[in-house]
Amino acid sequence: MNVVFYLLAALTIAGGLAAMLLKHLIHAALAVTVAFAGLALLFLQLDAQFAGFAQILVYIGAVAILIVFAILLTHGAELPRGGVFSGTWFVGLAIAAGVFAVLGWAVLQSVHALPQQTAAPAVTVHDIGNALVGSYVLPLEIVALLLTAATIGAVIVAMHEKAGQK
Amino acid sequence: MSATSFFSRLDQIFVLLRNWLVGFLPPTMRPAAGVVLAVMAIVCVFPGLFALTTVFERKGLGRMQNRLGPNRVGPFGFFQPVADGIKSLTKEDIVPISADGLVHFLAPLVLVVTVFMGFAVLPMGRNMVLVDMDAGVLFFFAMGAATEISVFMAGWSSRNKYSLLGAMRAIAQMISYEVVLLLSTVSVVMIAGSLSLPKIIDAQNQYSWGLPHWYIFTPWGLGAFIMYAIAATAETNRSPFDLPEGESELVAGYHTEYSGFKFALFFLGEYLAMFSISGMGTTLFLGGWSAPLAALNWIPSWIWFFGKVMMSIFVFIWMRGTLPRLRQDQLMNFAWKFVLPFTLLNLLVTALWRFLGEGWQRWVLCTLILAAAYVLMGRAGLYRKHIGPRSYRYAE
Repeated sequence: MNVVFYLLAALTIAGGLAAMLLKHLIHAALAVTVAFAGLALLFLQLDAQFAGFAQILVYIGAVAILIVFAILLTHGAELPRGGVFSGTWFVGLAIAAGVFAVLGWAVLQSVHALPQQTAAPAVTVHDIGNALVGSYVLPLEIVALLLTAATIGAVIVAMHEKAGQK
Repeated sequence: MSATSFFSRLDQIFVLLRNWLVGFLPPTMRPAAGVVLAVMAIVCVFPGLFALTTVFERKGLGRMQNRLGPNRVGPFGFFQPVADGIKSLTKEDIVPISADGLVHFLAPLVLVVTVFMGFAVLPMGRNMVLVDMDAGVLFFFAMGAATEISVFMAGWSSRNKYSLLGAMRAIAQMISYEVVLLLSTVSVVMIAGSLSLPKIIDAQNQYSWGLPHWYIFTPWGLGAFIMYAIAATAETNRSPFDLPEGESELVAGYHTEYSGFKFALFFLGEYLAMFSISGMGTTLFLGGWSAPLAALNWIPSWIWFFGKVMMSIFVFIWMRGTLPRLRQDQLMNFAWKFVLPFTLLNLLVTALWRFLGEGWQRWVLCTLILAAAYVLMGRAGLYRKHIGPRSYRYAE
């Protein structure tokens, strides 16, 4: 725990809070991007190069763009009349707190489950690649299949509307 | 001092210069000072190269279009970039009244910073890389992907329909061609077995019969290089893929509402992106800083790197002077129906090449597959277009 960690954590949390509290949807989307960047930097601070760069490539390069495109294409950028908070915000808060509690509990339990390690393990990108196409090849293929199915599904949904217009 | 040691010192002149300068500091500060010096070198050299390239481009385009180009400022117009720089510094910075001030201000900064970050992993000569990262290729493309958000910020915050349309076009184009860019890089990573750029160069820096082992001289490498070049042209919004700033349709695309120095920053970002993506292509396919013949190895490595990058820039300018702009639907069809399938096939051919082992069989087989696929896809594409004799209603 050092100064860099606290700075990055503050940046991430500020980004997340701004995403929640800002009135304008596009501003909120850009604030989420800041939070994503903070998370990527936290990964890098932990020497997890692959996770950090994948976070930037996927979340800032694709997910953030997807969010702003979705906002622009659905005309949702105007401020809703009843304010940005939905009426059932406390339910969302309860679910978020529950998920956070379960995750926190799992992380704290893993300290006992794993043997104490004195030195940080040095994992290179090479090892991650070998693991992905070696022992984890079946989950990788299943994820690939799922994503392909999702893409085809999205295309079919989009095509159906176009055919109906004619 | 013998000739060989003189040339090997000339090869390392920048490294030696940095070590000499850092030597004046106490030992605890030396690593940090070395990094600062290297960053300063990158931040000075590439904008300088940008200034040179603008005058080179304008004079080259002028020659292609049978005119003189800039010829008033200094000898042969070579001080034109100085005049342009002073002009953009002294011009009024106009921000539209309905623009989103903060986002409008941040967009050019985000663009230039992310583009500069990409240079951190490019090896510009023997031992001349700022950070030898284990995942250098990934870092480079992660930074490239982050520029998209700055394009969106610029287009959206200007509150101008041309800006927004230009930004939407630019992002759609960048996302489509980024897939190809990454997939064509994967071929090289598969053969080199590493995501680190210095290791990729080491794999290519070998010679048999005096000829280099560059990846462009293999069937899969040539295919991947051509796809990479197409995708790189589209990523940097250069002609014939310059629809996002097509001046006849969109004024100037996403930077319509920028003036003065902010506009200059966008201009700088665009050219720096060209340099960095050319540097990446050089590193991946053209052997980086290695010499094209074993006999030419005495010439300093950084001359080869910058020479290859400037050659690529010349090709960019040449294409701009030659090819007409595509239409948006042609652009998308080209990306998803020709370039992407061909790149995927090239990936399979690369795997085949990897597992066939040494020998002449793999050369014949891989060349045949790629050539057949290219011809068949071209024929199929033309067949569907029903191209025949044209008839002009009013001209006959």
